[in-house]
Amino acid sequence: MSSLSPAVRDSATMLRRNLLHARRYPSLTLNILLMPIVLLLLFVYIFGDVMSAGIGGGGADRSQYIAYLVPGILLMTIGATPAGTAVSVSMDMTEGIIARFRTMAIHRGSVLIGHVVGSVLQALVSVLLVGAIAVAVGFRSTDATVLEWLAAFGLLALVSTAFTWIGVGIGLASPNAEAASNHALPMVVFPFISSAFVPVEAMPGWFQPIAEYQPFTPAIETLRGLLLGSEIGNNGWLAVVWCLGLATLGYLWSTSLFNRDPS
Amino acid sequence: MTITTSRSPAIAAKGLRKAYGDKTVLDGIDLAVPTGTVFSLLGPNGAGKTTAVKILSTLITADAGELHVGGHDLASDPQAVRSAIGVTGQFSAVDGLITGEENMLIMADLHHLSRREGRRTAAALLERFDLVEAAKKPAAAYSGGMRRRLDIAMTLVGEPRIIFLDEPTTGLDPRSRHTMWRIIRELVAGGVTVFLTTQYLEEADELADRIAVLNDGRIAAEGSAEELKRLVPGGHVRLRFTDPATYRSAAVALKEVLLPHAHGVAGAGVSAVTSDEALSLHIPSDGSQRELRSLLDWLDAAGIEADELTVHTPDLDDVFFALTGGSVAPVQATEAVR
Repeated sequence: MSSLSPAVRDSATMLRRNLLHARRYPSLTLNILLMPIVLLLLFVYIFGDVMSAGIGGGGADRSQYIAYLVPGILLMTIGATPAGTAVSVSMDMTEGIIARFRTMAIHRGSVLIGHVVGSVLQALVSVLLVGAIAVAVGFRSTDATVLEWLAAFGLLALVSTAFTWIGVGIGLASPNAEAASNHALPMVVFPFISSAFVPVEAMPGWFQPIAEYQPFTPAIETLRGLLLGSEIGNNGWLAVVWCLGLATLGYLWSTSLFNRDPS
Repeated sequence: MTITTSRSPAIAAKGLRKAYGDKTVLDGIDLAVPTGTVFSLLGPNGAGKTTAVKILSTLITADAGELHVGGHDLASDPQAVRSAIGVTGQFSAVDGLITGEENMLIMADLHHLSRREGRRTAAALLERFDLVEAAKKPAAAYSGGMRRRLDIAMTLVGEPRIIFLDEPTTGLDPRSRHTMWRIIRELVAGGVTVFLTTQYLEEADELADRIAVLNDGRIAAEGSAEELKRLVPGGHVRLRFTDPATYRSAAVALKEVLLPHAHGVAGAGVSAVTSDEALSLHIPSDGSQRELRSLLDWLDAAGIEADELTVHTPDLDDVFFALTGGSVAPVQATEAVR
């Protein structure tokens, strides 16, 4: 135990604190889970027939649309969690205990790292739950290898880490929980205007760049490629670059905000 | 840690300044708190007490000033300062969402105690602060007094040698306040240096070796409780009359007796003669038995019979009026006569 560096040890302690919060107050986590599940069921069972008619030049059945839809829903699950992170970071910063942490000789970044790791773990558990529901409604991967499954999971973890750091920054920059919730809204909306529900080519021409040049579309396309065997092209490295860029930006932004004098 | 000798002050500040925009909160204050003593920063709301604590406890940075805590420079080595101090802020620094015990165990982990040592320390402190029954309840459900006790208990996990207590009893009921005072006394008995802010003179009086009165970002006065009380002209005996004639003759008699040696006591000699419409006379007094007896003897001898006699000891209002009001005589002029 003493062999662990103080940074790792303190971050692990902070993670434990955040997991205690999540375990005792699961409503925030459950609320976040609700949206992707409702959307999944809605698009499969209510809009499913119409949506599948638009895929692959018509004639596709519902199971093909489920296959198209699920990677987007999984990333939407990942994208919804950082909004919750922003709210809980913002609420946390008003707690007296944070002032105490700041006056203790602990690793400075551990408070934020605890939030990030906690949120990423929550997001991944959410993904497993939503994934299980997706399988239950008929989602099947087409011969994905173990390596591809691992890569898919790794990609989801990477996207989650990137957006969670942005979420932490939003939470720190917001004066209160309501503001944090509003500021985090774009992260929830981005998946809707990506290729999650319909292919980019099926969108109006003027809108295609908006759907194309944003982090969710390459991530969703990469996930489709890994799970369904479709063409990944340069979406793979595009997704990784987006994630690394956002993670770095979010990390630098968050730590500089946290290191400011608290008001 | 080796830098700290027993002779160097635990907390030292020279020319501490802090401004938010064009509002100066601390306007160059000097402080020196010897190791093992209780120092109290006394002042009204908005005087800058909390800002001073926040700066000295490394929470925020000062604009200027040479600041040392535990022998470490605040600007160049805040982490070393942090490992020497414990802070209990004005607003409870506990995590309300988790239980008291979980709060304690997180503190133990952050101080890098082993699991066993951490459990032992947490259990001992919960016991000491009478929180065993509440240990499994979320801290948000605690009463104000319990939360402050948990707060102090968490501060003590790391066995800090210097403790900052920012208004530790504000908002507490009298019973909890006395419990807190007992806790603070126990800390001091263990050799801990305590930096205490309070709005209550009584509290500073009870606990502090030295008191500094902070007003408008400056130290208005500094000294022991006794020294400060002597600066305050509020200690007096009030005689109230219902008959104007008796009042006037008493006032005349008092004027003759008091004026020769009452000069210098701010306003006291004057107030004895030019009293208010309520027909009352104020006679400076420290309220001691000896003084009261001599006063009563003198009243008897002079044939003055007041309808009501009340003793006023210096209280917070008097201190603030004398030291921070500005309208009364300046501090330097209030030389004690006794």
